Amino acid sequence: MATEIVEHYLSDFTDQISSDRTGFPEWVEGIRRRAIDRFVEVGFPSSRDEKWRFTNFSRIAEKHFVVSNGHDSRSSPVSAEDAMVGWRSPTKIVFVDGRYSPDLSSLRGLPQGAVAGNLAAMIGDDSTNLENHLARIADSSDNPFTALNTAFFSEGALLSVPDGVKVNGPIQFLYLTSSETNDAVNHPRNVVVLGEGAEATVVESYIGLGSGCSWTNAVTEIYAGDAAHIRVHRVQLEGKNAFHTATTQCSQGRDSSFFYTTVEFGGSLSRHDINFQLNGTGAFCSLHGLSHLRDTQHADNQTTVEHAQPHCTSVEHFNGIYDDSSHGVFTGRVLVRPGAQKTDAIQSSRNLLLTDTARADTQPQLEIFADDVKCTHGATVGPIDDEALFYLRSKGLTADEARTMLTYGFAVEIIDTVGIAGLREHLDSVLTSRLEKETRDARGEKC
Amino acid sequence: MLEIRNLHAAIDGKEILKGIDLTVEAGEIHAIMGPNGSGKSTLSQVLAGHPSYEVTDGSVMFRGQDLLQLEPEERACKGLFLAFQYPVEIRGITNAYFLRHALNARRKCEGLEELDPIDFLDVLDEKLATIDWDDSFVNRPVNEGFSGGEKKRNEILQLAVLTPKLAVLDEPDSGLDIDALKTVAEGVNKLRRPDNATLLITHYQRLLNYIIPDRVHVLVNGRVVTSGGKELAHELESKGYDWVKDPVAVN
Repeated sequence: MATEIVEHYLSDFTDQISSDRTGFPEWVEGIRRRAIDRFVEVGFPSSRDEKWRFTNFSRIAEKHFVVSNGHDSRSSPVSAEDAMVGWRSPTKIVFVDGRYSPDLSSLRGLPQGAVAGNLAAMIGDDSTNLENHLARIADSSDNPFTALNTAFFSEGALLSVPDGVKVNGPIQFLYLTSSETNDAVNHPRNVVVLGEGAEATVVESYIGLGSGCSWTNAVTEIYAGDAAHIRVHRVQLEGKNAFHTATTQCSQGRDSSFFYTTVEFGGSLSRHDINFQLNGTGAFCSLHGLSHLRDTQHADNQTTVEHAQPHCTSVEHFNGIYDDSSHGVFTGRVLVRPGAQKTDAIQSSRNLLLTDTARADTQPQLEIFADDVKCTHGATVGPIDDEALFYLRSKGLTADEARTMLTYGFAVEIIDTVGIAGLREHLDSVLTSRLEKETRDARGEKC
Repeated sequence: MLEIRNLHAAIDGKEILKGIDLTVEAGEIHAIMGPNGSGKSTLSQVLAGHPSYEVTDGSVMFRGQDLLQLEPEERACKGLFLAFQYPVEIRGITNAYFLRHALNARRKCEGLEELDPIDFLDVLDEKLATIDWDDSFVNRPVNEGFSGGEKKRNEILQLAVLTPKLAVLDEPDSGLDIDALKTVAEGVNKLRRPDNATLLITHYQRLLNYIIPDRVHVLVNGRVVTSGGKELAHELESKGYDWVKDPVAVN
């Protein structure tokens, strides 16, 4: 069955080439051809593969999702009002069902020299230098979903900040999936390039406005040049029946700093590969992740931090809260290359199981090929601590209130790392409402 | 206020409390002293309703109600407060957030309206002023990364905010240097009122130089072996616990 589906995608690809829908330059077509070849060769991930073993992708692999053609911007299924619910940055690049929406987007306030907008419109523009960045670090041979995105992407967000330029406010890449969407796939492709000493904050939001059986398969490549400073906050709030797969691939130069926060609230099944390469001495990265899952939600975060050069620091904290029959997965790989002396790497994975039927799989993987390094990791999986529960109850909170407070504290530790007050408050309120039992809707595996 | 009669309690089938009798009236401070392992902390945990302990016999009446029938939060609601010997770290939750929720739970019991965050901060400022403390740990996560002394002080801050009827202070002096001990003792003294009472559990007489008890009870092997006025603490200090371990010598 899965092989048949792969054939469908190959045929879709051939149609895409013959219709020349995107009109991309030849170098892009070359990348895409290699990507579809790779995808056809390996197919969807199998749970027999160590890297994918905790997640069953059959619900994605056994269905032929049609690449969304998006909508004419005049007949956008999302009203400007609906698109603005929740936290929105004044500066944003907005996509509805995979298609760029100029009406909903706003690119004012960018400093001189900084470029932001729809990648598709700028792909042939030499000034953006995309040939040196697109599909350069996100490796199709490593990940079938990355391959599929590379073969089929058409639109996505581009942000390029030249040397020494600071972008003040956050720039939001906002992907909205409309309520109508069913059995459609979008392949958002984002590229962020910060030159030497440049600074920027990016918010990547994937938001479902309905409960269709849609699939988002995103790839984001981020380059932080020497001494660049970047903050990226990612929010996954897809609809309750949606599938979400994504790769975030980051490369950091000398003395750069990167603060990354990712929050998984939505979707029925999600997998996010987050890979950081510390390619210059003195680079610093901090990764914070939160998954709060309910019902039968499944979220799989796989991180790799590669210390390729000496004197780099990485700090990684992932917290997972699993309610009902949900299932969370975290794999944290830290790779210290030969010669990467004075590496300082900290990793923790804390997992809270709120029911007997919830499940968490967590595994740290340390691969260290240098001898003068400091690497620590810790992983915990368990229910709410009885002593903490008694402590709070003895001070007057009911058992339910105490449980909610402990759960909230577990999550807010990560949310508090978001450096934008408005977004932090928004995430806090989403979390708070998710913790209230009555807001829950019965959910089966519809798709 | 509190009337304990023939209280027996066990953990994991092992009896720790073997018939405690104790009466505390409003306005009083009672000290419970005793060697390690005598059941002092067990008594405090049983009073607060720790689920690991099983009460096998006896009764505890608190403000006219059977305390043992109540859930831990219902005991707090009736005005019981336990300052923990080992306060628990609550990650991610700031002291201010926790205290506001705990105070609102308390206010609900008393039929008062809940306070919003702004009004709460006014109350908190007032309470901090009462015990003459600054607000340095108000916005830190509850007990997380606190030193031993800070954790003990934090329990006293909760005591100040929640204004219980009966405060059970489980070794509020353990691990404290003399300055921290004085700070904690001053806090307790300032919160003393004619309508509340304190049950002070301690291993050392030292704390009782700063908090003067009305009554001192000595707990040995799960029983109160002797009770007396504040001078009993001094006697213990000079003679040691071996003296009370031998009932003949005491009598």
